[in-house]
Amino acid sequence: MNPRNFGKIKNADGIGDTKNMRCGDIMKIYIRVEKKGGKEIIKDAKFETLGCGHAIATSDMICEKVKGKTLEAAKEIGYEDIKEDLGEFPQVKIHCVALAQYALKEAVEDYYKKTKKK
Amino acid sequence: MKKIYLDYAATTPVDSKILKAILPYLKKNFGNPSSIHHFGQRALLAMEEARKKVADFLGCQPEEIFFTGSATEANNLAVLGLVKALKQSGKLIGKAHIITTKIEHHAILEPCRHLEKQGIEITYLQPGQDGMVKISDVEKSIKENTVLVSIMYVNNEIGVIQPIAEIGRMLSDKGKKNKIYFHTDAVQAVNYLDCNAQNLGCDLLSLSGHKIYGPKGVGAIYVKKGTPIEPLIYGGGQEGGLRSGTENVAWIAGLGEAIEQIQKDPLGTGEPKIRIKSIIIKKLRDKLIAGVLKSIPNSSLNGSRVYRIPNNANFSFKGVEGEAVVIALDQEGIAVSTGSACSSKSLEPSHVILGLGLSEEEAHSSLRVTLGKYTSEGEIEALLKTLPKVIKKLRKISGYNPLS
Repeated sequence: MNPRNFGKIKNADGIGDTKNMRCGDIMKIYIRVEKKGGKEIIKDAKFETLGCGHAIATSDMICEKVKGKTLEAAKEIGYEDIKEDLGEFPQVKIHCVALAQYALKEAVEDYYKKTKKK
Repeated sequence: MKKIYLDYAATTPVDSKILKAILPYLKKNFGNPSSIHHFGQRALLAMEEARKKVADFLGCQPEEIFFTGSATEANNLAVLGLVKALKQSGKLIGKAHIITTKIEHHAILEPCRHLEKQGIEITYLQPGQDGMVKISDVEKSIKENTVLVSIMYVNNEIGVIQPIAEIGRMLSDKGKKNKIYFHTDAVQAVNYLDCNAQNLGCDLLSLSGHKIYGPKGVGAIYVKKGTPIEPLIYGGGQEGGLRSGTENVAWIAGLGEAIEQIQKDPLGTGEPKIRIKSIIIKKLRDKLIAGVLKSIPNSSLNGSRVYRIPNNANFSFKGVEGEAVVIALDQEGIAVSTGSACSSKSLEPSHVILGLGLSEEEAHSSLRVTLGKYTSEGEIEALLKTLPKVIKKLRKISGYNPLS
């Protein structure tokens, strides 16, 4: 229970939030995006999760893994990547990863929407 | 790190006196009670002694006590065995009706759901937000075809005590024309409350070994003489034909001893041992409730504050999820449980918390703390010190601000 990336990003470039209707877990992911070498890279990512141990660990890990990645590469991060660090999840907890992926995708989509308006 | 166990409603450690009562029947007096020789007869004697102890505790005859492998089995027998017997005797004309509650243990709800698929009508009574079932609601639900009322004496999640004796009295007045059988799951009540079957007015009662400092894998059912009941397990005809299978003599001896321990009075105060222990446990539990509600904002107690067994506390904390709290506390050496969906195999939140009319969020953030006879003041103080920190940390992680 010692995640590193929890909290808010003020004036975040993208925010994605989601709720699992079955188990009731809620996740919110904030991203800070910067342009580097012509590409859009995630500089920082933070999460707020109201959920079980696996939900918290997954959202923490996904934030850790997306830092320094391009937006498109970040969207590809999934259970196989999370499993590398956190180990195999019991079947009933794998949905936590899907939830974190979804929140991240929403954050990236939110960024795209915001930047289109500029 | 000191390990603190505060999940006595889930299970209890085997008391050393009970372990002592069990051991001789594993290796020394290991006979099969059905054998005619002295090995068998010695085992039979131990089993009948245990039966007498349970019968004395419930205020009934030994012939009315049957040992099972668990209280779940006893509950299944009560519901399915009764209906089966009524069907077979031809007493079930048309559709039968059973009354139970939304907050029963799954060991009652699942047999009921099974019967529903076979066309039996079930009424699941809604308790009040305090968890109490109204006697008038039970009465109003009675129909011409009602054959059974099954209401748990004490709820395992919120510790709420139902008015079983009053319901028993009401049913005995009602069922003069068509008998309505009354069952109660007394698993969580045995440690703390009067379980005299005559006082309760019940025809069937279930109890469990591992909730009363006995071993897991043994339970018992009280079946009042004259109550129709058919077995669920067929075979060698043990337990008067009601529960075939070579009897688990050692565990049964343990159950008998556990029941006897509840009533013993070694302090010579005239008060049964359990009553004195109850007072101590209640004091610690009350200290816990007061401390939690005071030190943690946006926390609440689930279920009646008054009609509650002495060892149970069930809280909800806004902005955190129960399983995360359980894990965080476990990392500090403290064991409790939760009604959150994340902690269940089915991903369903506690049907009991929902059954009170509380929200999914409240079920999701619920924490059950149950004390036992080994719980010390130091352990409660440790929880009172640690829990607020855990809740604060998890609220930071979820972004929930109790002041907003």
